[in-house]
Amino acid sequence: MASEQTTAAGHGSASGEKRVLLDVQGLQTYFFSDEGTARAVDGVSYQILEGETLGVVGESGCGKSVTSLSIMRLIPDPPGKIVGGHIKFEGQDLVKLSEEKMRRIRGDDIAMIFQEPMMALNPVYTVGNQIMETVMLHRGIDKHAARAHAIDMLEKVGIPSPELRVDAYPHEMSGGMKQRVMIAMAMSCDPKLLIADEPTTALDVTIQAQILDLIRKLQDETGMSVLLITHDLGVVAETAHHVAVMYAGKVVEYARVEELFGRPRHPYTIGLFRSLPDLAPPGQRLSTIPGIVPAATRFPEGCRFRTRCTIATDLCASVEPPLLPLDSDGGHTVACHHLEEAEKL
Amino acid sequence: MSATTKTAPLIEVRGLKKYFPIRRGVLQHHVGDVKAVDGVDFDIHREETLSLVGESGCGKTTAGRTLLRLLDPTGGSALFRPEPNERPIDLFELSNRAMRVQRRNLQIIFQDPFASLNPRLTIGNAIGEALDVHGVASGHERERQVAELLEHVGLRPTVANRYPHEFSGGQRQRIGIARALALRPKFIVCDEAVSALDVSIQAQVINILKDLQAEFGLSYLFIAHDLSVVKYISDRIAVMYLGRIVEIGDTKEIFESPAHPYTKALLSSVPVPDPTAKRERIFLKGDVPSPANPPKGCHFHTRCPVAEARCRETYPSQVAVSTTHTAACHLLT
Repeated sequence: MASEQTTAAGHGSASGEKRVLLDVQGLQTYFFSDEGTARAVDGVSYQILEGETLGVVGESGCGKSVTSLSIMRLIPDPPGKIVGGHIKFEGQDLVKLSEEKMRRIRGDDIAMIFQEPMMALNPVYTVGNQIMETVMLHRGIDKHAARAHAIDMLEKVGIPSPELRVDAYPHEMSGGMKQRVMIAMAMSCDPKLLIADEPTTALDVTIQAQILDLIRKLQDETGMSVLLITHDLGVVAETAHHVAVMYAGKVVEYARVEELFGRPRHPYTIGLFRSLPDLAPPGQRLSTIPGIVPAATRFPEGCRFRTRCTIATDLCASVEPPLLPLDSDGGHTVACHHLEEAEKL
Repeated sequence: MSATTKTAPLIEVRGLKKYFPIRRGVLQHHVGDVKAVDGVDFDIHREETLSLVGESGCGKTTAGRTLLRLLDPTGGSALFRPEPNERPIDLFELSNRAMRVQRRNLQIIFQDPFASLNPRLTIGNAIGEALDVHGVASGHERERQVAELLEHVGLRPTVANRYPHEFSGGQRQRIGIARALALRPKFIVCDEAVSALDVSIQAQVINILKDLQAEFGLSYLFIAHDLSVVKYISDRIAVMYLGRIVEIGDTKEIFESPAHPYTKALLSSVPVPDPTAKRERIFLKGDVPSPANPPKGCHFHTRCPVAEARCRETYPSQVAVSTTHTAACHLLT
């Protein structure tokens, strides 16, 4: 059960000379309750390079959102607790930081946007006030300058007539507009890392295209890194530079996006791609991954995917496969005992 | 089967309208209508899947529910032919009592099966309920049929004694399908039936829907916003925008040669799971206008990249693109 995992990507090796902005190693976040301990995140390791987007994919309950909340130190305690690992952001370990220091980083160096903008926006304040609050807190500028900044930000995220909209309340805006406002809030302090947790899942596809395009443009302008959490492999393919695939609280595969989509190696990743209706010829049955995701309180011993894996052996039941680099370049890491058999899947 | 089938369609919808009145003030004056569905026509053939696609508020869900009279229609007709050679029944003309009899032929599966399952009923009773209501089976025969239905959707018959909360989302959706199937319907509306499921589970449920269609000769009205699922499952597709069908045709034609500018933009917006794919994306300006106050002329002209003067004046009629494909756009004429 010890979850020491090796480095996901070799420091700056395969990915050129880009600096590592965020380095998550062996992160464990557990939730304790009477029904047992849910090991929601149990040894997650990944890195985000400067100016890059890391896409974290996986199905409900795989721990992808809990990982990002751990990075923000927003895990409700109790019942949740970070019990192991470290989260190095620009060299300092966020796990060990005092709440006061963390508050200075949150919303400033690291900002977050969510699937449901109404959860992040306060319905009784104008959108302008909410952006102003953030910049006044972190930048210590006066109300007048903050208002000008809020209008700037709204313009930047493509809100029409920002000088009027700055005084609007969230409910006066459409879903796409609210998501833009949330992005404006998140971007207002010029973060180094933007965590986007399913930012477009609740949006229609034409609006999704606008929002993803906006995030990309802002990234180009500011050079920020993005941690994009999504279940949509299409969104990842179009947005991410690197991808981490999570299953049952672990990263099972990590690679550059072209590499992962071009040649997935873990049986779960392979299964995931095969179940996409996009890639299936019409009329043919979709291939599926048998069974269902195990509950976080009852993960199987050994490899957690083995109960649904068609090539699992006794070894998989007894020994948990570590996340290891595929070849010398270290850019592609996989946690599977049977890579050769997986190739034949 | 495709639209070229010789027999008369199972369902013929003409001019289907569903308005929701807007009332204001203490006296609740009728000040206007949200025209959720504003005159749509479509046919569904036997063993065929027709998909209704479009973005939030386009009226696709309302259209499906009105067709089954879960909402009272404002206008139009819905001819249903349970047997190919018999006279069709207009569902919108039936008394409530006569409609209840027809309901065994016409079923619906919802997005969130948990919301449609009574938490205090065992799975066996939730499925068996329909058999009771329609007096189809009781006692041992009822038990036998429930067990058979569970097997059809890939669940062990022993789960009949368990309660909804003991199941995962995918399993609950299987239960929802088993329940819809209980009365051997001819037609099922699948209202975002796989939208809430994870990819690997979604594939399992799609396969079940396909298998059951082949086995029982079912027709589906598949309401969904996920175009990759729609592409896979449908024989034909109708694209809706602000309460109207803007384009309808065979799946292959819609995806390979979309004719309406909205369909083109919609298809181009779908993210493709291939990082090497290079595509021209058509970005639409702004948001969908309110169905309470749709723009004059073509509803899409406010966001259309190619709109002309006439688009702002009159609503375009459906134009044949091929024998199996029509679209409502002035620029096609």
